[in-house]
Amino acid sequence: MKRKVLLSGNEAVALGAYQAGVAVAAAYPGTPSTQILEEMSKFPEVYCEWSSNEKVALEVAIGAALGGKRSLAAMKHVGLNVAADSWMTLTYIGVNAGLVLAVADDPGMHSSQNEQDTRYYALMAKAPMLEPSDSQEALELVKEAFHISERFDLPVLLRLETRISHSRTVVEVEDGVREEVDLPYSKDAVKRVMVPAHARLRHPVLLSKLEELRRFGESFAYNRVEMGDPRVGIVTSGVCYQYVREAFPEASVLKLTMTHPLPERLLRDFCSRFRRVYVVEELEPFLENSLKAMGIDAVGKSRIPRMGELNPDIVAEALRELVELDGGKPPKLWPSAAAEDKATEDKAELPPRPPVMCPGCPHRGLFFALGRARATVSGDIGCYTLSVLPPLNGIDCQVCMGAGIGLALGLERAFSQSELNAERAGRVVGLLGDSTFIHAGIPALIDMVYNKTPVTVVILDNRTTAMTGFQDHPGTGRTIKGEETHALDLEALSLAVGVRRVRVVDPWRLEETEEVLREELAASEPSVVISRRGCSLRERPEKVVPFWVDPDDCDSCWRCMRLGCPALSRRDEKAWIDGDLCRGCSMCAQLCRKEAIEEVEHA
Amino acid sequence: MPDAVLAGVGGQGTVLSTRVLAEAALLSGYDVKTSEVHGMAQRGGSVTSAVRWGEKVFSPLVPRGTADFMLAFEMLEGLREVGCLAPHGIAIVNPYRMDPLPVLRGDAVYPEDALERIMERAGKTVIVPARELALEAGSLRAMGSCLLGALSVFVDFPEEAWRKAIEEFCPTEYVDVNLKAFDLGKRLGASER
Repeated sequence: MKRKVLLSGNEAVALGAYQAGVAVAAAYPGTPSTQILEEMSKFPEVYCEWSSNEKVALEVAIGAALGGKRSLAAMKHVGLNVAADSWMTLTYIGVNAGLVLAVADDPGMHSSQNEQDTRYYALMAKAPMLEPSDSQEALELVKEAFHISERFDLPVLLRLETRISHSRTVVEVEDGVREEVDLPYSKDAVKRVMVPAHARLRHPVLLSKLEELRRFGESFAYNRVEMGDPRVGIVTSGVCYQYVREAFPEASVLKLTMTHPLPERLLRDFCSRFRRVYVVEELEPFLENSLKAMGIDAVGKSRIPRMGELNPDIVAEALRELVELDGGKPPKLWPSAAAEDKATEDKAELPPRPPVMCPGCPHRGLFFALGRARATVSGDIGCYTLSVLPPLNGIDCQVCMGAGIGLALGLERAFSQSELNAERAGRVVGLLGDSTFIHAGIPALIDMVYNKTPVTVVILDNRTTAMTGFQDHPGTGRTIKGEETHALDLEALSLAVGVRRVRVVDPWRLEETEEVLREELAASEPSVVISRRGCSLRERPEKVVPFWVDPDDCDSCWRCMRLGCPALSRRDEKAWIDGDLCRGCSMCAQLCRKEAIEEVEHA
Repeated sequence: MPDAVLAGVGGQGTVLSTRVLAEAALLSGYDVKTSEVHGMAQRGGSVTSAVRWGEKVFSPLVPRGTADFMLAFEMLEGLREVGCLAPHGIAIVNPYRMDPLPVLRGDAVYPEDALERIMERAGKTVIVPARELALEAGSLRAMGSCLLGALSVFVDFPEEAWRKAIEEFCPTEYVDVNLKAFDLGKRLGASER
C-alpha cells in the first residue's frame, strides 16, 4: 500500500537507497548532506558508518561495491574534494555491485566555506550524474542510479543542493520494498589494480562507456520535454526546474535529470525549435557552456547570477525582458518591485544576527584565554569558527577541514625568517575541533613533529561533531548506530606521533587555561593543548544553575561582555544575564572584579 | 496557494514548527513543500523557513512579497522578513525580544519600534505573547505551537490535522504541553479574527 508522506530530499535519498538494497553506507557529516546517513542508520539491515573523513567513506563504499553489495557514500560538496583522489580513479576500475555517491551543494553558502559546483566532478571523472528536482524524484533516482551503475559498471553521482536536501516535499512511499543484490566477487587485477599498464587499458573502456551513457540519456525517461509556449524554450535541471515552472508556467521546458553525459540529440532537437534558449542553472554555466559548444544560441549567465542561490524572483527578473522580446508571456508578476517597500529598504539597516557560540560553549573560554595569550591563530572548520566575530576575534585564517595545523606550520616558518613579523614567530597556534582533527589533522600533526616546527596545536575537544548536529566520531566511543566502541585517545595519539608536550585543560577555567597556553606558546618545541569539555548544547547537566548580576555590585566595567556570551547584555547601564539562556558556566563570574555575578540559588 | 514564512532565531524551534505546519497541510489533503535552514545558521543566527501548500506547489522558496502568513518568533526577525508578506498578508508575531550580539555589545541598536513597523507593513498583525502562553502551557519550548495555534484560525485545516501533526512531531513528553500551547494560541487568534 502506498502512503503520502513529507520527506526531505535527504530522507528520500536514504529511503531510496534502502529500497534499492544498499548494504553498506558511509559518510562524514556536512551540511546540507548530513541527514542522509542519519536516516539510513535507522534501517537495521544496513551497515552504516560515520567514517573518519569523506575519502574513507567513499573507499568503504567502493570496497563494498567491489565485494558485491550495493553501497552509498554521502558528503557535502567540499567533502568530495577530500574524496576526489578515490573518485577520479574509481571510474577506471568500475564497481561490480552498484555505487551511488550523493553529494550536496550549498549555493548561497548557508553553512559552507565556498560554493563550488559539484557537477564538474562528474565531468572530470567521466561519471554519470543525476539531479533530482524534489524528494519524489530523489527517491526514484537513487534506485535508477543503482541500475545505471550496474548496467554501465560505473559509480553514479547523485547531485543534490540545499533546497533539495532540506526541502520537504510529498513522496508516495510503498512499504516493504527492498531489492536484494548479492553479486559474485572474482579477482580481476587488470581491471582493478591501476598500475599504468592497466590504467592505459581502462581509460578507453571508460570513454566508450561514456558514449553508451550518452545514448542511454537520449531516451532516459527522466530527461523530459514539457512543451508549452512554442516561442519560449528553457533548459534547466535540479531545483531550478521548480523556479522556472513557478516564474514561467507557460514556457516550454527541457528538464534534464541526467546532466552528465548530456543527451546531445535531445538537446539539439529541443533547442532547434526556438530562436534561442534560456539556461537556468545555479552556480557555474555547466549546461550553458555545453550548449554553446554545440553551437546552440543559449542565454544564461549573462543574465542569471553565477553565485548565490536562485529563486523564482531572480529567474523571473533575469529573463523577463528577453522572453517578452521573444513574444512570450511575461512572468507571473509578483510584487517584487512593489515589495521594495519601506520594510525591505530598511532591512539593510537592521542589526544583523550572525550565528554565535552558544551560552556555556566551552570554545568561548579557550578563545578568551587565547586572546589574552596573544597568538597568531590558524583556525579550522567547526563551531569555533564563529569566534572570528567580535569581541573574541579569535581566528586569523581558515581554509578547510584540517588546514588549521598545516597553515600554522607555514606561518611559523615564514615568521621565523621574517624581520617584519619576527615578533610573531614562536607564537603560532593551529587550532581545530576533535572531529576535524581526526578528519584531516593527524597527518599535519605528524608533519609538525617530523619537521620540528615549534607550533602549538589546540584541539577543541567537545566530544561531538557539533556544527552539523552532534554526530558521533572516532573519539566519542559510539558508532552511528549507538553501539559502544573504542574511543580514540587524543593524548596517547599525540604522544605516539612524537609530541612530547601534551596538556589537557578545562576551558571553563579561564586562568588555568590561559596559563597553560602561555607555557606552551613559550615552549620551543611542538606542543598539543587539548581543550576538553562537552558541547553545552549536547551535554546538559541534570539541573542548570544560572547566574545573575547583582546590579548594586556591578560597576559597569563590561569585562564580562568581552566573552561575547549571548546570555549577557546591558540593561539600565548594568550587566544583565538572561536566565532562560544562561548555562551556568561561570566564566563571566570569573572575570568580574566586583563579585557581582553569582549563582541564582545564592541570591 | 497559501504560503507561510517562519522567521526566528536559531534554537527557537522554527524547524519543528515548520514540520508541524507542513504535516497539518498534508493531512488536510494539499500538496506541500517546505524549505528549512540547518547547520551553521542554527547557532543563534537569523533563520527563516517556508511552507507552501495548495493544489500543486513548484518552488520550495516563496517569491518575495507574496506570502499570506508570517510567523515571527522574535520581533527583529519578524521585521527583517516582513517584506515577504503580500499586502494582505497576516503577521503573527511573538512580541519577544532577543538582542543579537552586535546589540549586546553596543555596536548596533535594537529597533524599539520593530513591532509597530511590522504592523505598518502587514495587512493584519496578530500579537501572540508566545513566551507567556508557552510557560502557561508548561514549557518555553512550546512557543512555536502557540503561534501555530493563532495561525490555525486563519487557515482551513481541520482541527484533527493539527493535533495529529503535533502528536507526530513533538517529543512524546512534550505533546500535551504543545497541544495546550496550540489551544492557547488558537483562542487568542480567534479573538483577533
